[in-house]
Amino acid sequence: MSRGFGDIYLTLFGLELSVMFQYRAAVVIWLLGLVLQPVVYMVVWLRVAEAKGGKVGDFDAGSIVAYFLVMMLVNHATFTWHMFEMGWRVRSGFYNAILVQPLHPWHRDVLANVAYKVLALGVILPVAALLAWYFEPTLQPPLWAVAAFVPAVILAFFTRFLFEWALGLLAFWITDTSGLNNLYMAFILIFSGRLAPLDLLPPILQTIAAWSPFEWMVAFPVELLLGRLTPEQTMHGLAMQVLWIAIGFAVMQLTWVRASSRYSAVGA
Amino acid sequence: MPAIRCDALSKTYRVPEREPGLWNAAKSLIHRRTRDVEAVQSVSFEVAPGEVVGFLGPNGAGKTTTLKMLSGLLNPSSGQVRVLDHEPFRRERGFLQQITLVMGNRNQMVWDLPVADSFARNRAIYRLQRTDFNETVAELTELLDLGELMAKPVRNLSLGERMKCEVAVALLHRPQILFLDEPTLGLDVTMQRRIRTFIAEYNQRVGATVLLTSHYMADVEALCKRVIVIHQGQLLFDGALVDLVQQFAPHKTIVVDLEREGLDLSGYADSVSVDGSRVTLLVPKSAAAQTTGRLLAELPVVDLTVEEPPIEEVIEQVFSQQHTSK
Repeated sequence: MSRGFGDIYLTLFGLELSVMFQYRAAVVIWLLGLVLQPVVYMVVWLRVAEAKGGKVGDFDAGSIVAYFLVMMLVNHATFTWHMFEMGWRVRSGFYNAILVQPLHPWHRDVLANVAYKVLALGVILPVAALLAWYFEPTLQPPLWAVAAFVPAVILAFFTRFLFEWALGLLAFWITDTSGLNNLYMAFILIFSGRLAPLDLLPPILQTIAAWSPFEWMVAFPVELLLGRLTPEQTMHGLAMQVLWIAIGFAVMQLTWVRASSRYSAVGA
Repeated sequence: MPAIRCDALSKTYRVPEREPGLWNAAKSLIHRRTRDVEAVQSVSFEVAPGEVVGFLGPNGAGKTTTLKMLSGLLNPSSGQVRVLDHEPFRRERGFLQQITLVMGNRNQMVWDLPVADSFARNRAIYRLQRTDFNETVAELTELLDLGELMAKPVRNLSLGERMKCEVAVALLHRPQILFLDEPTLGLDVTMQRRIRTFIAEYNQRVGATVLLTSHYMADVEALCKRVIVIHQGQLLFDGALVDLVQQFAPHKTIVVDLEREGLDLSGYADSVSVDGSRVTLLVPKSAAAQTTGRLLAELPVVDLTVEEPPIEEVIEQVFSQQHTSK
């Protein structure tokens, strides 16, 4: 990264943080949604385990709690929202100002995401600690898994960001992309392990997840920190993330070139 | 080498079209009808470095579309365009570093933050040296009187204040080409004058090329020696502003101050308006000299002036002639 890019990133990161400070209430409300969803799934799966004599698959109560708590943190670190804004951006002529500046728009969106996540950590970490104190998760990962978890989360974020940004760009062709976004959300809910650990899904769905980018967006880092993966599986997972990032980047760039050439720069 | 060169530049939009009503909405699900709108049709012109050119035309004439093609926002449907020897739509860093686009109806700053933050953002994006940046900010702050505005959030600025800041933030990187689309839109007369004075000073100091669209003819008259008139996507006139008036003004206005009131001047012109002892006559351009001579010879004239019609009227005449010829 050149010194110029370092300066751009630091400056834009600071500005994005400042914007987030302006919308403190909205940040907290978003977080409530992010916290509540995994807690609800966790409670449901705890009841299922209880009904089945204390275990569902090889997940006992402690590991179910650990799974959904870690999943809550990983989902927070990796989710993006720009696909929901793209339609408005195209229709309102928002890109008029952005496209004439010498900086690809995806840099701004990456930084807006990172700023939000850093700011929200101040809320989500105490909430996670409170939930951990109350529900008592079983979480004893080996040290190497903790070390590998950090790059796995970063790679998971970029995998998710690139595909969701490229998906958002369909707004340049389709006026209303909300239906498409919701379909995508249904897929990611199932195949990324957010609804349930992938091991509990039917084998066919597990195969689809493994061949899609979804598993590597959320489930992989979660299972890594839970200590459920061997070093070989971890290396395979990291390699899959790099592969999907390369594919995602190519898709994003290709879509961007076509989208921006299609842009009719709305408004007088 | 010209700063801007367009050769047979065209842009066609494909727009969906359907009749109103539920039945037509249902039909459009199966068969989507579209229509091609030729926003710009084979427009050619050149602009020399440092030139300030007014780009005139009624709403929907294709002015903004042309500016968007020149600034790289839109991909032309056909034709060639070169700006500072770059192909704009490629949006290369070297090109974008040298241009700016100001749109009077758009906010380009960070809405929720103080103005100074938008300045800081552009400093980083355009990779400006801090010393150069500080110098430019100080200069712009003084010229546009931005001092008290820098700490104000953009959303709290009045329209006039915001436009001053928009212009300043767009010039931080000292662009060589300014595409200004209605930069004085909605501003009061004082603020309009301020902005146009500033643009003129910037042009002289930096030697920048300016392409300006405005519905306020005062902007055009104050800044542009040359105008390009476009209507329904076609170029109607490209030349000096004075030539436009010469070519298209159908009449001249003669204002006569007489020694006494109540004289009948209806024999001198078809259109005569009287205000006490001051009479205003509208005469065909070709008859202006002869009528002036007659007035001076036959009436007790205290003072007499011959004026060109307002530029708005000339432009209107250009468009109506075009309309009649179709």
